[in-house]
This record gives sequence, C-alpha cells and structure tokens, in this order.
Amino acid sequence: MTKSTVPLLALTGISKQFAGVKALSDVSLCLYAGEVHTLMGQNGAGKSTLIKVLTGVHSPDRGVIDFDGSRVQPTSTQHARQLGISTVYQEVNLCPNLSVAENIFIGNYPRKFHKRLGPIAWQAMHDSARKLLLKLKIDIDVTRAVESYSLAIQQMVAIARALNTSARVLILDEPTSSLDDAEVQLLFAVMRELRSGGMAILFVTHFLDQTYAISDRITVMRNGEREGEYLCSDLPCLTLVNKMIGPTEKTEEPQHCVPSARSGLPFMQATGLGRKGSSSPFSLDVHQGELLGFSGLLGSGRTEAARLLFGADRADSGHISVAGKRRIWKSPLDAIALGIGFCSEDRKHEGAILSLSVRENMNLALQARAGIFKKIPMAVQKATTSEMVQLLGIKTADMETPIGNLSGGNQQKVLLARWLITHPAMLILDEPTRGIDVHAKREIMRYISTLSRSGMAVLLISSELSDILDYSDRIIVFRDRKICGEFQSGALSEDAMQRVIAAGGEE
Amino acid sequence: MRTEIFERHPLIKPLAAFLVLLLIDAVVIPGFFQFSIRQGHLYGSLIDIANRAAPLILTGLGLTMVIATRGIDISVGAVAAISGTVAVMLLDSRFAASGPVLWAVLAALGCALVCGLWNGLLVVGLGLQPIIATMILMVAGRGMAQLLADGQIETAHYQPFFFIGSGYLFGLPFAVYIAAAVFGLLTLLVHGTALGLFMQAVGINPVAARLAGIRAGAVILLTYVLCSTCAGLAGVLICSNIQSADANNIGLLLELDAILAVTLGGTSLDGGKFSLTGTVIGALIIQTLAYTIYSLGVPPEFNMIIKALVVVAVCVSQSSEFRKLWRMASSQPVLRNIQKALR
Repeated sequence: MTKSTVPLLALTGISKQFAGVKALSDVSLCLYAGEVHTLMGQNGAGKSTLIKVLTGVHSPDRGVIDFDGSRVQPTSTQHARQLGISTVYQEVNLCPNLSVAENIFIGNYPRKFHKRLGPIAWQAMHDSARKLLLKLKIDIDVTRAVESYSLAIQQMVAIARALNTSARVLILDEPTSSLDDAEVQLLFAVMRELRSGGMAILFVTHFLDQTYAISDRITVMRNGEREGEYLCSDLPCLTLVNKMIGPTEKTEEPQHCVPSARSGLPFMQATGLGRKGSSSPFSLDVHQGELLGFSGLLGSGRTEAARLLFGADRADSGHISVAGKRRIWKSPLDAIALGIGFCSEDRKHEGAILSLSVRENMNLALQARAGIFKKIPMAVQKATTSEMVQLLGIKTADMETPIGNLSGGNQQKVLLARWLITHPAMLILDEPTRGIDVHAKREIMRYISTLSRSGMAVLLISSELSDILDYSDRIIVFRDRKICGEFQSGALSEDAMQRVIAAGGEE
Repeated sequence: MRTEIFERHPLIKPLAAFLVLLLIDAVVIPGFFQFSIRQGHLYGSLIDIANRAAPLILTGLGLTMVIATRGIDISVGAVAAISGTVAVMLLDSRFAASGPVLWAVLAALGCALVCGLWNGLLVVGLGLQPIIATMILMVAGRGMAQLLADGQIETAHYQPFFFIGSGYLFGLPFAVYIAAAVFGLLTLLVHGTALGLFMQAVGINPVAARLAGIRAGAVILLTYVLCSTCAGLAGVLICSNIQSADANNIGLLLELDAILAVTLGGTSLDGGKFSLTGTVIGALIIQTLAYTIYSLGVPPEFNMIIKALVVVAVCVSQSSEFRKLWRMASSQPVLRNIQKALR
C-alpha cells in the first residue's frame, strides 16, 4: 500500500439542502491515493448526496473540494471524469443495446485520421476494450451487446469504462448489492489490483463483512453529518453499527421467530405451475400465517416463480387455486383483487413511479383494486399515508414530495406500505431489504414477521441467508429454475443451507 | 426565490406568457380590450380569440391525455377532417334533407370514436410506437375524407347546423360554451375519478403501474378514444363555422398546433404530469398570437416564423440544460450584469 501524507481528494465543510431539508451539513472527507475508503451510513444518512456533490451532479451550498492540490468545482459527471474522478453507480448506467466496447468508450470513441472528425476506429476500440477488461481478468466478446451479459459482468464493464479515462479516484456506489459471492470476490480482486496501482477508491456499501474484507479506512455518516473517520482495524463491527445507528437505539441480534400456528387449509396452492424459458413446473402451498422463504442464487428461478404466483408473468402450464378455488391470472390485477401483493426486487423499474408523490405512490395499488371510478377520497388517502409514514418511520419532507426525492430505503418503505394498506392476505416480498442499511432492514424484517404472525401469508425472497434462516417458518430452495429442496425452520444451519443451494439438495 | 415561484406551480409560466402577450396587444392594438354589443351579441378581440380558439382547445385537451400516458396522436387533423365531412354529408340533401343536426353530429363523433379505437388498438394491441401508429390514420384519414366527399368541397345548406360554429347563446359564441363544457367534463373525468392518477402512472412507469394493478392497456386505449372524439368535435365545429366541408383543408396541421398548445401549457412530451387548464391557456396563446399578427398587418407568411420563435422560446424555458447554463452564468460578473438588466 503506497501511502502519502497529503490527501489526493479532500472535501471540506460540504453542506447541501433540498427544498428545506438538510441533506448534508458540514461534511468533510479525505481520500488518499492507494487506499480503499469505505463510506458507511444508514439510508438517508447522505452518502448518495455526498457522492453526487463530488461528481458534479449537485453543487454544494457551502464547502470546497480540493483535488490533487488545487481547488475544483465539478459541474457535471463528465467534468468530474475529466478531472479524474470516475463513478460506478449502484444501478448500472450502461446502454443495454450497445456493445461492450461501445459502452466503455462511449463519448470518446477512438478515431482514425482526426481526433474528433475521423471515422471510428472499430478494430482499435475492440482491442483496447478487450485489453482493459483483461486487466480486470474478464475475457468476454466485447462486440456483443451489454444486455446479453449478467449483471456482474455489466458491473465490470461499468468499472472498465470508469477506468478508461485516466481516473485517479474511483467511486463505487454499492457495486455489490446485486452480485453473488464469487462475483464479489472478483470485484474485490480488481479493487485490490487498482489500489496497489495507486488508485484512491471510495467504496459505498451496506455489507459489514465486505467493509472489513476490503477497507483501509471507514467514514461513518449519520443524518447528513460526518460521525467520524476510523482506521478499519481500530473499529470493531459492533461499534461501527452503533455509530451508524446512533446512541439512542440498542443493537441486538435478530431473534429466531416463534414458528407461527398456521391454519390447516393452504391459502394458495400452485400445481405444476410453469412458464417456458423462465420457470420449470413447480408445485407449492402457501398457508395463512406462514412466513415462507424462497432461497437460492441469483437467477435460480425464485423471482420467476414468484412472478407466476402473482400473475406478473402468465404461466403456460399448471394452475393456481386460492382459498380452494381454481384461478387464472390474466394480469396482476386479478391476483390483487384476491388480496395478493407483490413487492418487486427492482425498485426503480418495477416499483416506484418516480415523479409521483409519496401519497400517490402509496395509494396506487389500493386505488387500482378499487377501480377507476371509486376514487379514494383525498382525506382518506392523506390519513392512511401519514399513518404509514409514522408507522414505518419514512423520512420525507411531506407526503406530497415526489418519491424520487427520497433515499432508496425510504422508497422501499413507501412501496411496502403500498401493499400493506391493501390489507393483503398474502404478500410476496422480493428482496425487500436490498440496498437498505442495517437498521432499516431489521425494522422491516421485524415488521414482516409480525405481519405473518397476525395471519398474513408472507413469501420472502432474499439473497441473504441469515434473513431467510432467521425469519422463515419454511424454506424452499431454488436451483436452475427448479425447486430443489424444502425445509422446516431450524432444520438447517447456514452452512448446510449453502451446501443445498450449491448442490441442489443431493447430499 | 424567483425560480422557486416558477417551479412551485406549473401553470405560472403559461399564464405569465399569456399575460405578457395580452399586455403587448393592449399597447400595439388599439381597442384590444374593448367590448361592444351588436344585435345582442358581445363583440371584441378577446371574444373573437376565444371563439376561434375553440377547435384547437378541444383538440389540445384530448391530446393532453394521450401525451400524459407518454403517447402522441398526430392523426387529430385527419380525424377532424373525417368527422367534419361526415357531419356535412349527412346533412346534405342527398342523404337526409334537413335531418336533425343532433344525429349528424353524433354520427360524426361516432366515426371519430372509431378512429380513436383504431389508433388505440394499434398502440396497445400491436405495440406500435404511437407516432407511427397514428401516422397511418394521419395519412389515410384525410384520403378517406376526400373519398367520402368525392374530392369535392361539400357545402352545407341546413341552417340550424351553423349554430354550432357561429351561433350565439346569451351573448357569447356557442363554440365557447362547447369548449368550456368539454373542458369541464374532462376535468371531472380525470380528477373526479382515478383516471388522472392512472394516466400519469402509466406515462411515467408502465411496468410499475401494471404491477400495482393498473390496466395500462385499457387506460391508454381510453385516452386515444377520448382524443379522437375531441378532434372529431373540433372538425364539426370547423365545418359548421365555414358552412362547408373541405376535406383537403379541415384541420390541416391541427396536430402541430395541438402539440404546441399542450407543450405551451406545461405538459411534458415525456408523459406523466399534465395540465388540462395549461392546454387551454396554451391554445389561447397560439390564437392570440395569430390574432396579433393579423391585426398588425404583418403578412400571414410571418405567422409561421413567429410561431416557430415562440416554440423555441418555450422549449428553451423548459430545458433543464438551459437552466443549468443560466445558473452557471450567474457566477460570471459580466453575464450577471446582463441578467440583472434583463430583470
């Protein structure tokens, strides 16, 4: 590790307000060449805003940025990139229909004859794209469209693009939230390589184990302020969590929930339900008052199965019965009408309607079920919204704020509330805690398990084994688009579970 | 502070533009704000503008809803031509001499409604891009109207029909009542029910809207049907006013004016948030502009150029890039002085 005494990048006294809400107040951050610096904090702590200030998306109300000894004022992400500050965002920002090489060089294609007017030098572009990716130990066909690759590869392409310009600071904003373990290790290998080459890396994540696996230093943020900066080795995990959550709240281990008394008849029964190309036929029962966990790797078919149960995709084989009667889902509305809710894993594309307000987003499913002509009176909408805002502790300026202005975790809570106010008999939650900080996650999980104990059927999909193991009554494991095992709660340890997921139940 | 006011209420910008235009007119056109009563009818520039703007208001209102769902309908001019021609033809002696006006108008609106269904089905059922889907009817529709009329200009002879486009009720043009009634009905439909919310949800994020249980297809289909029906009513109004049906010219380039009216009114072509009131103001701005140009004796060919300049001004004022540039300019002393002077 090469360590210099002068920071490569220093933010001093940064403050930023949005419509009267303080997002950042007097935040400072130092980043040295050749280090991985992790930025931690709960949702709404101001991490994203800080990064947006650093990359020129927002201009700070107060405070200065010094980069490599001179004062800078990035005015756009492009400007920041020219300065040498590159960013890879949480949601991969690539053009899915362009090739890998085109995405890497987008905006500065290599050209023949003349630097700006000449024809694009395709061969050179493909060669250098390949070389760049090989440096990251990725060997793929760079002429194929980005969308034909997995999310992890797309992430690597995004990093390659960030490195293409002579970057000296690399910001990784929750790059691991949709990667599996092997992919995370690959990413870390790349990060270590870059670090030893003198790159300053600012890493934003919610995963504690990852933080300790890669960081040199940690800056903790809370409520828009800098809580403190620590050497990774000086900061035990429990202390870190305490610093993120704040002094007033206790941290405790999530308790195993008591297996709930489930009723005899299943609420929903799927028999041979399947869809070509996405889900092999499967059968399962969901009981009222039961928390059913879906586990498996990314792409194992758990989400696809849940989509069939909700009618988000149409099944081409098998059938569903709800409360003993056979049903056909023509659209999600049919399932919603029978009291089923589905919170998608893809908040941005399948959940939030960004420029509509918190109130409108929250009442959407209830209104859709009531129909177009039975408009929910404004007073009722407001009452339910403010009740849910309080109950779930949603941080928003007021209920007419566009949901897009909220932090990711708070958006997630609004979407959860969207289904809760429909008083569903069965709720499907696909990765309800993805990209959410420790504290909010525990709150949400605890709330979900209360719901199931009060009689709701809950189907929980999660990549995090501990969530599934700690909260589920019954666990169904998916592999290769098939159900490969079913277990009662407590029957499996985390290790055993991992073996099942990997091996598909053949022990 | 300034920008905050402008961003707080979406109607402030179109209203301000309209007021500025009226102020200019008050100065350059003598007697612009004068009213007089002749034969029991109220006359004046403002009445004239409102009267002439009626077809554009109707078309714009319908189009606003399509645009809110992130669609577009460029066939409104052709639909107006079909509907107007049908109305005049049915009143023509060959079909039903002096038949009741109501039936002719309803039949015309029925044709327009079918046109809307066609557009909507192409978009929803076949998944065509709205601009392509409606381009089919834009081209074919005018042809159909010409075929209906055998390529002739059909003259209407039935007196009561003229009342729709040029009659007066309680001293005001009847067309103004029609526009006001449609505005009222649509406002009630959009805001009195959940249609407005669903339209916005579909326009902003169709996938999420569907997963929340909204029948996106039905909502989109409905907006195309409403849009065409409004355009059909506009066609009837135009034909009644000129007492004939010229399939070649009814509603020619109406789609462009309508899109402009919607945009001027603050509804973004990206779908989502929309304003029916804004569209009415937008249509009034366009008509006032035309009125001003004619009154000043500017050759009519300048009308297009001036309209184009207005479009540029509107687009610039809505552009976030421009706003960013403006803010950045504030930090440069020379430009700041220019900005101060402008204020």
